[in-house]
Amino acid sequence: MEPGEIHALLGENGAGKSTLMNVLYGLYQPDGGEILVDGKPLRLKGPSDAIRAGIGMVHQHFMLVPVFTVAENIMLGAEQVRGGIVGFLDRRRARREVAEVSARYNLRVDPDAVIEDLPVGIQQRVEIVKALTRDVDLLILDEPTAVLTPQETEELLTVMRSLKAAGKSIVFITHKLGEVKAIADRITVIRRGRTVGTASPEASRDELAALMVGRDVRLTVDKQPATPGRPILEVAGLVVDDDRQVRAVDGVDLTVRAGEVLGVAGVQGNGQTELIEAIMGLRPTLAGTVTLDGEPIHGWSTKKVLRAGVGYVPEDRSVDGLVKEFSVAENLVLDIYDRPPFGRGLALRPEAIAASAKERIEQFDVRTPSADAAVGTLSGGNQQKVIVARELSRPLKLFIAAQPTRGVDVGSIEFIHSRVVRERDVGTAVMVVSSELDEVIGLADRIAVMYRGRIIGIVGPDTPREEIGLLMAGITPDAPAPAPADGAATPGEATGGTAGGATPAPERPGNEDEA
Amino acid sequence: MSNPNPVSGSPDKEPATEAELALTGKADRGATMTSPKQSAPGPRPTLGRLFLDNLWAANTVTVTVLALVLAMLVGAVLIIVSDPDVLATYGYITARPTDALNASWTVVSEAYANLFKGAVFDPEASGFTAALSPISETLTYTAPLVFTGLSVALAFRGGLFNIGAQGQATMGVILAAVAGFALPLPPVVHLVVALIAGAAGGAVWGFVPGILKARTGAHEVINTIMLNYVAVYFLSWIIVQNGVQNPDRADAISRPVDSSAALPRLLGDNLRVHAGILLAVLATWAIAWLLNRSTLGFELRAVGANPDAARTAGISVTKTYVLVMVIAGMLAGLGGSQMVLGSTANALTPLVIAQIGFDGILVALLGRVKPWGVLLAALLFGALQAGGNRMQSYSGISLELVTVLQALIVIFIAAPALVKAIFQLRAARAARLQTSLAKGW
Repeated sequence: MEPGEIHALLGENGAGKSTLMNVLYGLYQPDGGEILVDGKPLRLKGPSDAIRAGIGMVHQHFMLVPVFTVAENIMLGAEQVRGGIVGFLDRRRARREVAEVSARYNLRVDPDAVIEDLPVGIQQRVEIVKALTRDVDLLILDEPTAVLTPQETEELLTVMRSLKAAGKSIVFITHKLGEVKAIADRITVIRRGRTVGTASPEASRDELAALMVGRDVRLTVDKQPATPGRPILEVAGLVVDDDRQVRAVDGVDLTVRAGEVLGVAGVQGNGQTELIEAIMGLRPTLAGTVTLDGEPIHGWSTKKVLRAGVGYVPEDRSVDGLVKEFSVAENLVLDIYDRPPFGRGLALRPEAIAASAKERIEQFDVRTPSADAAVGTLSGGNQQKVIVARELSRPLKLFIAAQPTRGVDVGSIEFIHSRVVRERDVGTAVMVVSSELDEVIGLADRIAVMYRGRIIGIVGPDTPREEIGLLMAGITPDAPAPAPADGAATPGEATGGTAGGATPAPERPGNEDEA
Repeated sequence: MSNPNPVSGSPDKEPATEAELALTGKADRGATMTSPKQSAPGPRPTLGRLFLDNLWAANTVTVTVLALVLAMLVGAVLIIVSDPDVLATYGYITARPTDALNASWTVVSEAYANLFKGAVFDPEASGFTAALSPISETLTYTAPLVFTGLSVALAFRGGLFNIGAQGQATMGVILAAVAGFALPLPPVVHLVVALIAGAAGGAVWGFVPGILKARTGAHEVINTIMLNYVAVYFLSWIIVQNGVQNPDRADAISRPVDSSAALPRLLGDNLRVHAGILLAVLATWAIAWLLNRSTLGFELRAVGANPDAARTAGISVTKTYVLVMVIAGMLAGLGGSQMVLGSTANALTPLVIAQIGFDGILVALLGRVKPWGVLLAALLFGALQAGGNRMQSYSGISLELVTVLQALIVIFIAAPALVKAIFQLRAARAARLQTSLAKGW
């Protein structure tokens, strides 16, 4: 790293980016090798050592106390006290520091705002300010754009540029090629815990992607135009609460027709999860109707919904999709274990389960040592293929896939996408919910954008990315949309991730700190 | 800021070609190579789950045998320390060490020899009855432990800690005894009815915490422990009621169970082993089948391992919880019934079921919460119990030593698993707090 450089660390999920940076920040101890700062080897015993050495880190999930103010959060861990042993917290000084840093780097934040009231993008800025008040020279940003809308991402990139101008070095961890190309001075690609190459930002996306996964990658989904048939799933006026009894889905109407893919886009936490869970009978509906092929299914048990011909790939496979301790074969019948030929009466038929498992493993190219291996030992992509294989191996009317390729390697993504399209082509209604805009655009025939529990727009797949991005931020075309200052195209896969806080709220961007 | 992504892929351009298929294949090979094993922070691991994993990982036959040896070594120390005569020889151990060693060896070897003779085989015994007596005693103690052990193990596999086997067994013994002396029925029918009554008593006592867990989320550990007390005091109360208390006796003992309701003895009247052990083997087989080869067992294991995934797959978690507890209660109730229908006793007393419910927890852990493992563990515990009786009467070593041995064996096996589980849980929590490292998308 050199001073005043933005160094991008690029790699697939699980390539070791975050681990490397956690070592740098002193959270993990290295098993071997050493870290040099200004030519001197460094032993880091914890984050405080790292901060002393001038290394700051902004985590993917913010480390802020939601009920504290900005200034309080910033002083946290480095509290300034006055009054000797009485130890009054010097809030005034913290506020002054915040103001100073904000002014110096053009990072406007209100020191007295309470964190939980702030939108995600601003919270992130608070994290950056916090790092800067510790006088760091090297700032590590771990997947900073995962929780941001395209517009917020734009602002972040602007901030990064001004930091760079001030001579700070930045390590920017991501797996999003667009952002890397937009901002990085140098790119290091990591694969399976090793540096596999460095590249300049002039390298093409395809080159970078190939470096990242070690081969050529297709970034698009091949499909014929859809031939939509009769409506299969009709949702009208659906109202659902989340676990905290907060309205999550607030009057959603949508229709999915046979033979089409409806993509649901949106920043995570805008009610997509609750919408699907309500359809699947996993969450009570408070109002509205859900009909499957003309039959009202709201209020049905999950088992009944599944039996009625709905396939469901849940969003969090390790929590909701698989029983990790179970074998691949058992997971392949997890929701059909009691139906012939797998179960008759009270008895299971292990031979039938094993035979079907063998077939599915072959058909869906699940890489597993054997059908009896515990599913938890497979890679993320193969685990996901097990779920997809299970759900697609019975006749379906409706196929719902939530984040079907999250945390899945590129090879499996292609495979899963092709399976989804194939299912559409045989006349199944398909609903894909994803926070990866690329995925939605690639797969969907129509795109519904969800924002704060409502569908705020349904657009075609040819709609410009920017426009969808604005919708995801809650700005409809008719509303006065504040244009980002530099008006550049938004970097590609801009959104996603679990918004950590209570508020799903991405806010109107662009009015805070135009540089 | 120049245009960041000029080449944003537009979908639906090229039709699917064979090249694509070829690529997919290649892709996956690449995928398996490139994607490392993600230690993704899957579902929040529960303490119970981690404990079970560690128990299975650590608890091999070798480990069990070593734990047994280790427990006996500690037991030997206890025997030496608790014998004043032997201890006295240690007063002059520097002068004549052989005295101390000889005395220690004698007392310990004699004690363990008696333990063995009482539990397995006595080479000095003459005659059929005497030769088989140790085995008969062992099996008599084993049978009820198999049931309570299975009860705890089954619930554990379903994700529930059934601490209430004791209470369920108590309700079982009450109903079985009452059915045994109050109903005038012909021999075989009477036994079956009494067993069913016992099972039903346990089932009710399992159903209550089950339904509370399913409906309100009330933790089954608390509720089963509470119900243990209720059952014990109910037993003390019912024994002295009119119609239950033995009219010829002033102390707390019930009327004796009719001989038509007693479990038949297997090897003649002089040996105590009764048909309960056959029922125990049958129950073990049935539970093994239920767990591994039935749809209900599939649901139960799925709910136990990952209730979220089970629910998403359409399995009713609440129904499963209730069913698990009912079946667990039934098993414990059957175990309790044997305490009056078998040869141990034929009437209710306040201590009629001894500790079989709590021992069942140990048996389940030692048996790695697997049915056949439970059977073997119960056999070991039964043997220790039977041998302990002889050790007490021949070597004058208190029966409590056997309890200590049992506890030590379980501690040596279960404690490392538990400690590991606690540390793993804390590590997992710490990792979640720090960053969600592998939680990529």
